Amino acid sequence: MPDLSTTFAGGIQSPNPFWLASAPPTNCGEQVMRAFDAGWGGAVWKTIGEPIMNVSSRYSSVDWNGQRMMGLNNIELISDRPIETNLREIAEVKKRYPKHAVIASLMVESTREAWHDIVGRSEDAGADGLELNFGCPHGMSERGMGSAVGQVPEYTEMITGWVKEKARTPVLVKLTPNITDIRQIARAAKRAGADGLSAINTINSITGIDLDTFEPRPNVDGLSSHGGYCGPAVKPIALNMVHQLQNDDASRLPISGIGGIGTWRDAAEFILLGCGTVQVCTAAMHYGYRIVEDMIDGLENWMREKGFDRIEDFRGFSAPKVTDWNHLNLNFKIVARIHAEKCIGCELCYIACWDGAHQCIHLDGAHTKPSEVEAASRARIAMTPIPKLDRGVASNGASTRVPRVDEEECVGCNLCALVCPVENCITMERVENHLPRKTWEDLVNGNSH
Amino acid sequence: MGAPVPFAFQDNAEIALRFPDLHPAFDRQEALTEANRCLNCFNAPCAAACPTHIDVPRFIKKIGTENLMGSALTILDANVLGASCSRVCPVEVLCEGACVMLGYNKQPIAIGRLQRYAMDYFLERGGRLPQKTDQQRSQKIVCIGAGPASLACSAELAQRGFSVTVIEQRPLPGGLNTYGVAEYKLRAPDSLREVAMIADLGVEFRFGVSIENENDLAALEKEYDAIFVGIGLGAMNELRIPGADHPDVVDALEFIAKYKTAGGLRVGNRVIVVGAGNTAIDAANAARRLGAQHVTIVYRRTERDLPAFGFEYEHAKLEGVNFEWLAQPVAIHTYPAGPIATLECVRMDDERGPVPTPVPGSNFHLLCDMVIPAIGQAPHGWLFARTHGPKYYSGGDCVNGGREVVDAVADGKRAALAIVKSFEGVHA
Repeated sequence: MPDLSTTFAGGIQSPNPFWLASAPPTNCGEQVMRAFDAGWGGAVWKTIGEPIMNVSSRYSSVDWNGQRMMGLNNIELISDRPIETNLREIAEVKKRYPKHAVIASLMVESTREAWHDIVGRSEDAGADGLELNFGCPHGMSERGMGSAVGQVPEYTEMITGWVKEKARTPVLVKLTPNITDIRQIARAAKRAGADGLSAINTINSITGIDLDTFEPRPNVDGLSSHGGYCGPAVKPIALNMVHQLQNDDASRLPISGIGGIGTWRDAAEFILLGCGTVQVCTAAMHYGYRIVEDMIDGLENWMREKGFDRIEDFRGFSAPKVTDWNHLNLNFKIVARIHAEKCIGCELCYIACWDGAHQCIHLDGAHTKPSEVEAASRARIAMTPIPKLDRGVASNGASTRVPRVDEEECVGCNLCALVCPVENCITMERVENHLPRKTWEDLVNGNSH
Repeated sequence: MGAPVPFAFQDNAEIALRFPDLHPAFDRQEALTEANRCLNCFNAPCAAACPTHIDVPRFIKKIGTENLMGSALTILDANVLGASCSRVCPVEVLCEGACVMLGYNKQPIAIGRLQRYAMDYFLERGGRLPQKTDQQRSQKIVCIGAGPASLACSAELAQRGFSVTVIEQRPLPGGLNTYGVAEYKLRAPDSLREVAMIADLGVEFRFGVSIENENDLAALEKEYDAIFVGIGLGAMNELRIPGADHPDVVDALEFIAKYKTAGGLRVGNRVIVVGAGNTAIDAANAARRLGAQHVTIVYRRTERDLPAFGFEYEHAKLEGVNFEWLAQPVAIHTYPAGPIATLECVRMDDERGPVPTPVPGSNFHLLCDMVIPAIGQAPHGWLFARTHGPKYYSGGDCVNGGREVVDAVADGKRAALAIVKSFEGVHA
């Protein structure tokens, strides 16, 4: 049985790497305890600070292809409950669940006293670690907190420094992606002694506008405000930023990965790029705490299949496989191959290659243009096959619609394989050209093999 | 529900209750999900299979973006009877039967129901067909018959600025769409609503007009520059056996027309339908829904030779229709008091040659109190044979031997385009 337990950022223990991110699912003790019962290994408490007032509505989403919530946006602020209530409940949770990780997410006004005060009280309540919310992109930033701190290296370094003066538990800095280079802030946090990073916070967004009322979403009495975007849509952005942080010596710290994680597969990818734990919010808001069951089960099964006993066995395994474009092999040649027996004749590869790539997929021996193909089809007379009137009429002839790749012209871009709806119908095959590995860097430096 | 139907018609609440939609309308979420499932094939096989070549992926993608007006106009541009076709087309052997999803062991895209979704939106908002030209053309065209072929022909010509008259011997337009399609597929009021949209183009309809003789034709030739003959097939073939003149022997089309448009709810308790084509199945299912306890289709060949579409056969079984294979009616027997008592049949043998032959001495009786012959329609006699010559065009069932509404629409539109072409260079 693989061991999922983790020790993160120099001392935060949890039975598995799956934490709930600081957000509505970790708003109160009752919720966090139910989450731990469901299987979550840790919870970052909904950000604690001077209570705020919220608006309604607060969320809006982007649906895609009939699926709900490909991306979620929120304009909710930090906790609206008194600091004492949150701390009392943290103490209660820690008493009942001593083996689970409870991290206090904090955001207070930018004075040394305020930060010393909240750090001390949180640790007294029993928090296993602290997460500094320098990422919240809406509302709080207009009051000089959240991403207003996290977008300025000097502020980040200063406040992280204040916290480190006081803290006895590991300090994580939560990074905002709403910045040109996320490493600038990570470096500042590291300089100030942070023990770990949480990345990424939500991305500034406007999810859409109602085309009947002309009002943007989420609608608050006819107006809206930019919010924080999260959910499956942001995962690729988060993965890249996690990699940037891992790949930079001055930034490198233990990372708790955040951004579009909803399944064990997502989690495995973040861990493969170096994350020690992962945090989840949107998926839990969509389906409830119960999703963690398959996250644990699926990750264990995958680890067993791959022969990994512990998270550390594969953490960061794929990080070196992401490199600069300069280091990619220019002599690596692949071409598309269409497996006729799997082809269903949709011809999406043909039109994609003609309009979106390099005109090297054809429907016949000739280079017939798409418009000519369509015109010929429309000119054909078709009739309803009536058994009584036409015995033995042929089928629709889908098998005659298998396109052909001109392998000489194919640049191996992948587009046809990406648009093909049938799994493994178009495969990209290596062409042996007997050329040595050569990169752009080699060319520029005049290296030859 | 949209524009008022200008044709006198009393909707029947009980019929509506007994014949709910076989394929209910999609709601918004269903339509969006289904539309997004469409792969958007290039040069799509569904569009090629459609006799009117509706650009199926295009109208479906417009549903996906909720451009429903654009979706409906895409459909109507190819097929002016897109609303009725969405309900009556045998999509299993047309667009949906050509869907590439079938090659992937997946359900084909529900093209028919998506088409209905777009067309319902259009009609419920009183959508109007666009004109294809600003020009008013001087030529006059008459269409004989107000069925799908003539409707398609007249709409295309009216959209191109010609003045068109449709003459019809029955009191209502729509042909089989109004009188003959099973009500759970297409309600008569929905057929009429679609015709109203065509009438709105300025097409003139004259009802109760029949072409009886050469003088009638001569009058048309004199008044009109072109004549489209869309008269469909003739009367149903009669069951030529003793007792077939009994009043409870009612041919299938008459039976269907009565319940659809004349409030005819009367049906026997034990009904036998003779023949196994699509019309026979429509009649048998209707008899069940109107209250018959036992409905049996009697067919002289086997299940293997069934002329109806496979999906119609499956539907009939679900409706509780029984099938008596290899049986040929020989006589209808009545009680002394008058009602039908039995249908006497002879067993057929299909293993001695290509045509089944009666087995001597194998006669048997099937209890019944109503017999519905559905053994095909004869072609029209003199009128169709007479109509050749430069002014005449024709299409639909009278030409193709009895196919589907969509084939009639394709014919009617092709004829209209040929008529337009014939006028080119003619200065009026």
